[in-house]
Amino acid sequence: MAVLVAKSVTKRFGGLEALSNITLDVKEKSIHSIIGPNGAGKTTFFNCVTGFYTPEEGEIRLNGRNITGLSPDRVTRMGIARTYQNIRLFKNMTTVENILVGMHPHLKSGVIGAILHDPRTTREESDAVEEAKRLLSFVGLKGKGDMLAMNLSYGDQRRLEIARAIASKPTLLLLDEPTAGMNPSETQEMMIFIRHLRDEIGITILLIEHQMRVVMGISELITVLDFGVQIAEGTPAEIQGNPRVIEAYLGRGAASGLGQKTAVAAAAA
Amino acid sequence: MQTQAPSIWKHSVRVGLLGGAVAILLSLVGMVAAFGERYIVSGLFTMGQVILLAPILVMVYSGIRRIAPQPANRVGAAHKVILSGLLSGLVGSALLALLLIGKFVDLRVMFVNASPKLFGILTFNQELTLGLLILLGTGMLAGGLTGGVFLLPQRLRSIFLQGLLWVILVGLLRDLIVTVTFRWGPLAAVIKQFFAISGLKPLGAVIIFVLIGALRYWRSNQPMQKRESLLTNGKSYVRWLTLAGIALVLILLPPVLGVFFSEILSNVGMYILMGIGLNIVVGFAGLLDLGYVAFFAIGAYTVGVLTSPELSANPLTYWQALPFAMIISLLAGIILGLPVLRMRGDYLAIATLGFGEIVRLLALSDWLRPWLGGTQGIQLIAQPRIGPLLLNTQQEMYYLFLIGIGIVAFVAWRLKDSRLGRTWMALREDEDVAKAMGINHVSAKLMAFATGAVFSGLAGTIFAAKLTSVYPHSMNFMVSINVLCLIIIGGMGSIPGVFIGALVLIGAPELLREFAEFRYLVYGALLVAMMLIRPEGLWPEARRKLELHEEEVAAGKMAVAGIEVTSKNPGE
Repeated sequence: MAVLVAKSVTKRFGGLEALSNITLDVKEKSIHSIIGPNGAGKTTFFNCVTGFYTPEEGEIRLNGRNITGLSPDRVTRMGIARTYQNIRLFKNMTTVENILVGMHPHLKSGVIGAILHDPRTTREESDAVEEAKRLLSFVGLKGKGDMLAMNLSYGDQRRLEIARAIASKPTLLLLDEPTAGMNPSETQEMMIFIRHLRDEIGITILLIEHQMRVVMGISELITVLDFGVQIAEGTPAEIQGNPRVIEAYLGRGAASGLGQKTAVAAAAA
Repeated sequence: MQTQAPSIWKHSVRVGLLGGAVAILLSLVGMVAAFGERYIVSGLFTMGQVILLAPILVMVYSGIRRIAPQPANRVGAAHKVILSGLLSGLVGSALLALLLIGKFVDLRVMFVNASPKLFGILTFNQELTLGLLILLGTGMLAGGLTGGVFLLPQRLRSIFLQGLLWVILVGLLRDLIVTVTFRWGPLAAVIKQFFAISGLKPLGAVIIFVLIGALRYWRSNQPMQKRESLLTNGKSYVRWLTLAGIALVLILLPPVLGVFFSEILSNVGMYILMGIGLNIVVGFAGLLDLGYVAFFAIGAYTVGVLTSPELSANPLTYWQALPFAMIISLLAGIILGLPVLRMRGDYLAIATLGFGEIVRLLALSDWLRPWLGGTQGIQLIAQPRIGPLLLNTQQEMYYLFLIGIGIVAFVAWRLKDSRLGRTWMALREDEDVAKAMGINHVSAKLMAFATGAVFSGLAGTIFAAKLTSVYPHSMNFMVSINVLCLIIIGGMGSIPGVFIGALVLIGAPELLREFAEFRYLVYGALLVAMMLIRPEGLWPEARRKLELHEEEVAAGKMAVAGIEVTSKNPGE
């Protein structure tokens, strides 16, 4: 059962084809990774899914419903949440406020209620704050609810961004390089956390990642893009042995010459 | 610090030159001479002398603060600080003394204000040589004393400086204080004893100095916790009591202060009303609106058109016209909002600026003259009536503004902490991400524009009723700029900041009327200084504290400290 289905999605910027004919299925409750060298079109694909770009061709479906070309806020309301490669928190708002903004689609209170503080609004707000604090302790930020987002450590900011994303109760979570700029132990923690997310809350996760150790460690399925073209898809083991993937990453000749290099190295020794 | 020590003399000379240059500037624009006979403390020193010496001393003080050794070894370096002060003072007054060339060469060709009167002040009305010596001596002594003040323990120093400032302020505002207190019965007689014909009596100055010093001393003895604002940190009942107290004072103000102050206050009130509205648009939602006066105009003109017998066959009363004015302002807010939804930053500012001009020009145009009165505006606008009581004096208008502000401030305060307020804040911080959080930016932005427009429209209706007339030329661009300035001065996004900003920006110039043509010079200088020293505003927005568990309070404190640290960084 696929949560997200992309069918031959093509996105062009002028003459440049940033994505051509991308087709992929993200299975329910799976961790699916998209990898590829810089400029391969990974983030462009995310932007197409979340409604920031409208693909020229193709179709994107979420839980069977067509979401191609919907505005970002509508897409979020349908159940997709995302984080960003370069963390984009609301820096001058507290961590709790950040999460409350994430909960926006599920809150109902209007202007009149806000002004008069009728019981329903008051209850909704205090419930929301409770829920936000629960989410904070879930991502390991317990007790930091009143700090400004900008004052959090780098790793905490990543966690907060994820907390804000899951606050909208998405069925699909898009993570754009969640371990970028992290040291090995932080990366390890983040991997455990991502797996934990899927196992505990049951969110389907689509991941862009550069660190091969992470990708190979947690993904169930990997899609490889290169210059906007989908060059491979498979389990980590399949991808690791795929010559086209090695070629994309290391350049032509590297794939076939891998054995030779070892020979040269041996000779030098 | 060690490496700076050798340059301390060079630094002192530079500081003195800078202070002297400012003093020369103030002399040549005529401020010194204009206040030559205006005593601060009767028989002791005049406003002119304060203006002359203040720049030098302020420079000396801030100069010393920059280069002084750390407190640990301050005692050892005390003589250095004093000497530096003496030197700076001497250099500053020496530079100032150069003006006396005017006694031999006619400077008035270029500098009209280099008058004999100015030279008289510079030489303390003595003959040249003696006067020169007195001037240099005074400068040097004052500089040295400034150094001495700096050496005082921090608490004593702030007591001394505040006392001095208050004496100058009270002496300066002598006329106003005497006029206002004139009607206070026995108290007036007591207060009158403090003042001479011009400025304070020496005894009065001493009393004020001691009073302020004692107050300051008492306050510095209070534990820090208690000194935090009653409004933000008190328990619920304390907060309500404080609010009630403030309300009572506000209600009692007009009869106590008299007509002149009521006029100033209702002017301030009008700007507060607009400020709270624009604060929603600019401060909360981050939409820079330079055409804000348009909504003010729309509110005022709607009431004018509907209630004036000149233009309407069946004139309505003020209260009947009020809802129409609000609705039309709201619609205008949405009409402005729709086309500029996609714009951000500078582009938005220009587009809104255009909108403001369009509205003013429409009101001015001959084309709409039959309906809006053209250049002649609208007269005979109805004034509000409550039962048999017609509100038509300045003091009664003040209450109308007070009620309006009460409602509007309450609404703004509630909205700020609501879901909508968060939406605005998120849009201000990062529009793209806000959209990705499921926020509909169209409705959120339109809400901001509409709310701001209604508040401004309300201010316009009271303005129209207050003057019983509206003219296109009162709707000019400067109104928008003033409102924007007062928000920035008070602190972006802060509701109490709007009040402080309006008092400082609208109220203070009225009090400084005595400065006549120098008013805007002082005012401009204050604005520049303020933005350099305190760019976050006078009462910056304190991030609201959520009810936290005890262990979370420490983290909260850090967050608040974090705001203060970062907001000092204008580059952020």
